[in-house]
Amino acid sequence: MDQFTLNLLFVGASFALYIGIAIWARAGSTSEFYAAGRGVHPVTNGMATAADWMSAASFISMAGLIAFTGYDNSSFLMGWTGGYVLLALLLAPYLRKFGKFTVSEFIGDRFYSSTARMVAVVCLLVASITYVIGQMQGVGIAFGRFLEIDTTWGLLIGSCVVFAYAVFGGMKGVTYTQVAQYCVLIMAYTIPAVFISLQLTGNPIPALGLFGTDIASGEPLLARLDQIVRDLGFAEYTAAHGSTINMVLFTLTLMIGTAGLPHVIMRFFTVPKVSDARWSAGWTLVFIALLYLTAPAVGAMARLNISELMWPNGTNGEAVSVEAIDNDPEYAWMATWQKTGLLGWEDKNGDGKIQYYNDQNAELQAKAAENGWVGNELTNFNRDILVLANPEIASLPGWVIGLVAAGGLAAALSTAAGLLLAISSAVSHDLLKGQLAPNMSEKTELMAARISMAAAIVVAVILGLNPPGFAAQTVALAFGIAAASIFPALMMGIFSTRINNTGAVAGMLSGLVVTLVYIFLHKGWFFIPDTNSFTDANPLLGPVQSTSFGAIGAMINFAVAYFVSGMTKETPQEIKDLVQSVRIPRGAGGAIEDH
Amino acid sequence: MSQIDEENNAYWSANVRLIKISLVIWALVSFGFGIVFRPLLSGIPVGGTDLGFWFAQQGSIIVFLVLIFFYAWRMNKLDQQFGVDEE
Repeated sequence: MDQFTLNLLFVGASFALYIGIAIWARAGSTSEFYAAGRGVHPVTNGMATAADWMSAASFISMAGLIAFTGYDNSSFLMGWTGGYVLLALLLAPYLRKFGKFTVSEFIGDRFYSSTARMVAVVCLLVASITYVIGQMQGVGIAFGRFLEIDTTWGLLIGSCVVFAYAVFGGMKGVTYTQVAQYCVLIMAYTIPAVFISLQLTGNPIPALGLFGTDIASGEPLLARLDQIVRDLGFAEYTAAHGSTINMVLFTLTLMIGTAGLPHVIMRFFTVPKVSDARWSAGWTLVFIALLYLTAPAVGAMARLNISELMWPNGTNGEAVSVEAIDNDPEYAWMATWQKTGLLGWEDKNGDGKIQYYNDQNAELQAKAAENGWVGNELTNFNRDILVLANPEIASLPGWVIGLVAAGGLAAALSTAAGLLLAISSAVSHDLLKGQLAPNMSEKTELMAARISMAAAIVVAVILGLNPPGFAAQTVALAFGIAAASIFPALMMGIFSTRINNTGAVAGMLSGLVVTLVYIFLHKGWFFIPDTNSFTDANPLLGPVQSTSFGAIGAMINFAVAYFVSGMTKETPQEIKDLVQSVRIPRGAGGAIEDH
Repeated sequence: MSQIDEENNAYWSANVRLIKISLVIWALVSFGFGIVFRPLLSGIPVGGTDLGFWFAQQGSIIVFLVLIFFYAWRMNKLDQQFGVDEE
């Protein structure tokens, strides 16, 4: 059986499973649609939240970013896991006690203001839609690659699948589908990593293999990797190169952004009890950590494998020959990926060999002149292909490659579905039922939720078809907005009785606007190319890149809210009582259907 | 202030104290050991590199996990102690 059929088999079988589950667990009532009837066990909920959270960015992209940068990209690892500590300690149990369906409902009630609720809805919509566009783009690329079709068709097919189970299933369908997706994606991520770790270090656990001994050289794996990349003129893998301040701010932005993203917070409304919300955050992180502890090993080992494939006789010997790349089965993956346009090489000096080195490094330029090299000949290596190409690079069996294909799609689809659910509840529950048409029936509300979900898919497909070239920045924007607007409002709403309606609205608006402006100044206004005044290589505020600004936006939000609240009318007594009741677990009932 | 209010306030201060301790540890392992204090820890070797690198890529994630479960366990005990747990 050829690789194409194998990929098709794995992807097809996994999809049949997801759709089957979605149909089996169809939502009947509004309560089930939004919050799965609050009957989800913490472990199940943790697994579903993990699948929801780990998107194409975590699965496909992150290990590649770490592989080619090393230590400096540890921010992703700490940032995207550390946010769960904030969620578990500062938000999840209290929001569950509050006992409503959506994040903006809490903000509206706590700050006794429909304006606050509307501002929260706007923040949630902007963050979720920008995030989902990035996911749909990922869906398109992954489908296109593994079905060997154009990405446009990949995107259209993918959106139909997302539509099928998100629209008809609701939260209940999505929850159980996401449990299945978690199982697929974690197997797809860890099985190749275990194989590679065994090959290189003899240790079956990749996380331990990373700090183990490289069998071939007898040296520690990371010391060996540092040596090789240094020999090729690249920045040392384990050393710090960037600004410390920027790294701290970027990590903090990812952490508070995680705790402010609506589709993640919503998950904690679906557990039966307050104590379960605390456990659920822990279980979620257990399931996320399985991937995140493996990712740095995947990155480092892939970097080592690639460097050694390019220099089969050591960094002081002869480079790999063009003939070997064309004929040796060990290099067959290079031809496969060349077709996607994401990998490229060129024998510039015509010596029949492909020299891979950093041609910007002065020391290597001297060595190059001596040996007749005229520049790096591995001309293109897109970082996003690393995880998907990894099993082929390590010559693993065909079924592993098919499994990775199914896993990458599971990661992208599960996140897209969760985000669509957050969008639909913001529109139907907060905007329509909460504001514009409070008297509509449960049936109409459910219909409105499904229509808004379909509309969001259409918007995401249109924007995903003609990507303005900002997939990576989109994710940064979504995090920055969530960090600067939602998280501070939620935290202050629980931990301070002083913050009043005016303070909260002023805080959210100033955090949101300042962050958006800072991002637009660096990435272009509304992401239109060439309208930016600054670049991330040379940012407006010292070392602070636009992706790291969310943390500063959050601080502005806190400061403005405190200042404005101090100058305006005190919070009424009944709201102070509400805050007191949210802080105490006793009396957390089921869902409050009407309000 | 009624007795229930006083009890509830004591419960809340105990909770806030626990949160503060946990967040100090949270920040220490990630921003501290993983980033800012890494140069100070560079003398401690871990598998071909130093302790700061380990904290940045693995150690902090493991500490985060322990923190969340520790907090959940302590809080559930605290809920019972103050009689505010769910029936």
